[in-house]
Amino acid sequence: MSQKESNDEERRFNREEEEEDDDDGDGRGRDAWERTYADERSWESLQEDESGLLRPIDNKTLYHAQYRRRLRTSTAARIQKGLIRYVYIIIDLSRAAGEMDYKPSRMVVVARQVEAFIREFFDQNPLSQIGIVTLKDGVAHSLTDLGGSPESHIKALMGKLTSSGDASLQNGLDLVQSLLNQIPTYGHREVLILYSALSTCDPGDIMETIQKCKASKVRCSVIGLSAEVYICKYLCQETGGSYSVALDESHLKELVFEHAPPPPAIAEFAVANLIKMGFPQRAAEGVISICSCHKEAKVGGGYTCPRCKARICELPTECQICGLTLVSSPHLARSYHHLFPITPFDDVSPSVSNDPRHLPKNCFGCQQSLLNPGNMPTSCVSCPKCKQYFCLDCDIYIHESLHNCPGCESFRHSKSVSTAEG
Amino acid sequence: MTPVSAKLYTDDVSLLMVLIDTNPFFWNSVKSSLPISKFLTHVLAFLNAIVLLNQLNQVVVIATGYNSCDYIFDSSTSEGQTQRAEYLLQKLEEFVNKDESLCREDSVDGPGFSLLSGSLSMALCYIQRVFRSGPLHPHPRILCLHGSPDGPGQYVAIMNSIFSAQRSMVPIDSCVIGAQHSAFLQQASYITGGVYLKPQMLDGLFQYLSTVFATDLHSRGFLQLPKPAGVDFRASCFCHKNTIDMGYICSVCLSIFCKHQKKCSTCGSVFGQAPVQDSSTPDRKRKNPMDA
Repeated sequence: MSQKESNDEERRFNREEEEEDDDDGDGRGRDAWERTYADERSWESLQEDESGLLRPIDNKTLYHAQYRRRLRTSTAARIQKGLIRYVYIIIDLSRAAGEMDYKPSRMVVVARQVEAFIREFFDQNPLSQIGIVTLKDGVAHSLTDLGGSPESHIKALMGKLTSSGDASLQNGLDLVQSLLNQIPTYGHREVLILYSALSTCDPGDIMETIQKCKASKVRCSVIGLSAEVYICKYLCQETGGSYSVALDESHLKELVFEHAPPPPAIAEFAVANLIKMGFPQRAAEGVISICSCHKEAKVGGGYTCPRCKARICELPTECQICGLTLVSSPHLARSYHHLFPITPFDDVSPSVSNDPRHLPKNCFGCQQSLLNPGNMPTSCVSCPKCKQYFCLDCDIYIHESLHNCPGCESFRHSKSVSTAEG
Repeated sequence: MTPVSAKLYTDDVSLLMVLIDTNPFFWNSVKSSLPISKFLTHVLAFLNAIVLLNQLNQVVVIATGYNSCDYIFDSSTSEGQTQRAEYLLQKLEEFVNKDESLCREDSVDGPGFSLLSGSLSMALCYIQRVFRSGPLHPHPRILCLHGSPDGPGQYVAIMNSIFSAQRSMVPIDSCVIGAQHSAFLQQASYITGGVYLKPQMLDGLFQYLSTVFATDLHSRGFLQLPKPAGVDFRASCFCHKNTIDMGYICSVCLSIFCKHQKKCSTCGSVFGQAPVQDSSTPDRKRKNPMDA
């Protein structure tokens, strides 16, 4: 499996080299397609099984190995996560964003990915807020204010976007830092910069701005679309964020989505506080009242603020009349899986030493057969707490989406993690 | 499963996951109004009706027990095609006996809660497997035939299952046969877009099942199905378990408290100066932008 991983990395590295060498042509004596055979030895990724038959390239185990690596780096039990986040997304709309190496153009691809990211972000962090800033013609302009509803941001993004001029990193950071200073102290301040340009055109000393951001405890992360730029790397190192450069559109999507789950929190950055919140009840059907967000009369539906009894249309929101944050209990429950993560499952290798009779025939979760045709056991995983066996696909689904181990939940007297009473 | 030609996959092919509550303490408490044998006749007739509606419909039954959960029946297996009722009843009886043997308590106060979160998780894993099987697959949905009261210790696990079902667009229908409403199932059906029903005349259970829960997802757009009267989304405080309208949330762990406290009991974080008024804090920030 490690050979496949190194093959993957080699392939990515080689692709970068090919892009540079395409202009040179046969400068190195071999064309790109020849290198696939001579340097990468693509025939070596085929494998034979015990009887000499060719085994098809197992994408499933590759995918699972990638997932395991991601899980190992990201999960550590009981790390405090910043659950209430105030994130500014800075989109670079300079001349470089009009480049067509991403089809149809960089800024269209970025807008699409940011739209998907916003939906995923509010799904995972319902109490957080997002704002969007654009960099164009050397000036930073705030596209949308900090808000908790995805629709307003997506509508602004889907409008006509044009690219021109230079990108100014300092102006963007200055604007964002002044806007983020106004938020309450319990919130975590983050900035995500999607940078296409290779330079920054600044009016003053950007090092000062970076020190100001560091003092304001703003965590800046950058995703580059063209190449690695030193100032972005320095910014991320100083503020504690992450810097990555996207290789293609699917890699860009992966990198952007990595910022959706809450990052590990640095305890000094946000003061722990008790936030007063209201839990409105759904208003009875057929009641006519004036809605405070649209300022018009509406019939039925909606919620009633428990403090001032104003009617609101959707949750979560802040009551426009009395300023109380209004949520419903499912919104809070969406974040509980960060507080009670499930333990990663252990690999069970189908080695000869494992007695095949001890392994069950079916995955506990989906009843899929764990045996290859010919009664040879495939690779599977098992939960360290309840000792049930699961197939690789269930493992990925359980840890990425479900956050419940079916085995631990299905046995009353198993040693499962104690859950909060809600 | 044998490969089927594409034109047989019409809009209304469905996969129905039925989660049957077999908590013996609950069934003992209702044995005068609805004995489990009568209940099973209604359910078996309903399952046969589902399989009759479309050649490619599939039914999977999972039992929610008191100490464990397990798959009982899958209509796509070879045993599921013939002798359906006998096979299902036999497996159900084996499950109930095994569940009873796992029991460690001698007596329980009241009906006690069954392991709904376990069977929901297993049903969702099975549905993911169906999604992976290819571009042509039946539309899945989950039907909970539940009667035991809600177990508060399962809240987080059930909410996780509900959100995962919402993301995969799998509706969770609930038919509550117990004495009281189930807040968890009301929330589940509301969030995932399913139907919640508490039948008033349990003698006619088959009628309720076949008129409300038998339709596939595509046809539901044309029907008027029961709407929930009111879903209570208020939270309960962690300190007293009372339902509250307004409360205080710890910014670190999101625990809910009804009164102001110095320290969070869940995560142990000590809270900063108590704000005099919520509205004054942002003003203070605006006046001193460097005070971070």
